[in-house]
Amino acid sequence: MPDTRSTTLTFVLNDPPFESARSTTALRLIDAAVKQGFHVNVFAYEGAVALPFAKQAAHANAIHGHDVAEEHHPLPKDWIAAILDEAERRGLRVDWVNCGLCVDERGVGESIPRTRRGSPADLWKFVQASVNTLIIPTR
Amino acid sequence: MSKYLLVESRDPFDRRPANDLAALAAELATEPNQVTLFLIQNGVLEARDGAAAARLGALRELGVTVLADEFSLRERGIAPERLSPLVSSASLGVVVAHLARGDRTLWH
Repeated sequence: MPDTRSTTLTFVLNDPPFESARSTTALRLIDAAVKQGFHVNVFAYEGAVALPFAKQAAHANAIHGHDVAEEHHPLPKDWIAAILDEAERRGLRVDWVNCGLCVDERGVGESIPRTRRGSPADLWKFVQASVNTLIIPTR
Repeated sequence: MSKYLLVESRDPFDRRPANDLAALAAELATEPNQVTLFLIQNGVLEARDGAAAARLGALRELGVTVLADEFSLRERGIAPERLSPLVSSASLGVVVAHLARGDRTLWH
């Protein structure tokens, strides 16, 4: 197996969806890394394990007078799927791991395809296999 | 000499002095190290011309490069002509590049 350490970055996320700009910024950063040709490891801790939760659902907005389609509510799970698609198109690997205990606490075990459950041992392996690791802490 | 990338995401009124990355940037730069301060999200409020002239000037004197995320600037309606001359607009690709070369990176 070729050594991809120099072309692999690891990101550690902690924030849940919809609560902080850090979540969208993190996904922008991961997307930028993929578009610059990097393999990416993502370890999601705490609320971040809900970012790829498969049961996120868009909703209408009575205040705006919009139905579901018109409101066009963005969902992080779709953004993550788009990043995974982009990585595949480019022949790159994005390995998204949710901390298993954090998943269990929050009951968000149904994650979108191409993400997986793991543990801090995976984070340790990620760090060893990357040229650098960025932790985006929660507040 | 080491290379550092410090990412400041909070606005100046939302930080405690002990967590001030600009102060850390100044300290690291005097050691000396190569330091880049990347402002993002509400951190870019400090990038407006006149908002933090003394602080940014001091960082410039120490050789710290100060950048501001172009997307965050647009989100907050900070037009290029309102940006401090001591700050350069940059894409997130810069953060990726710094990570890729192994810079020690902190996010606040």
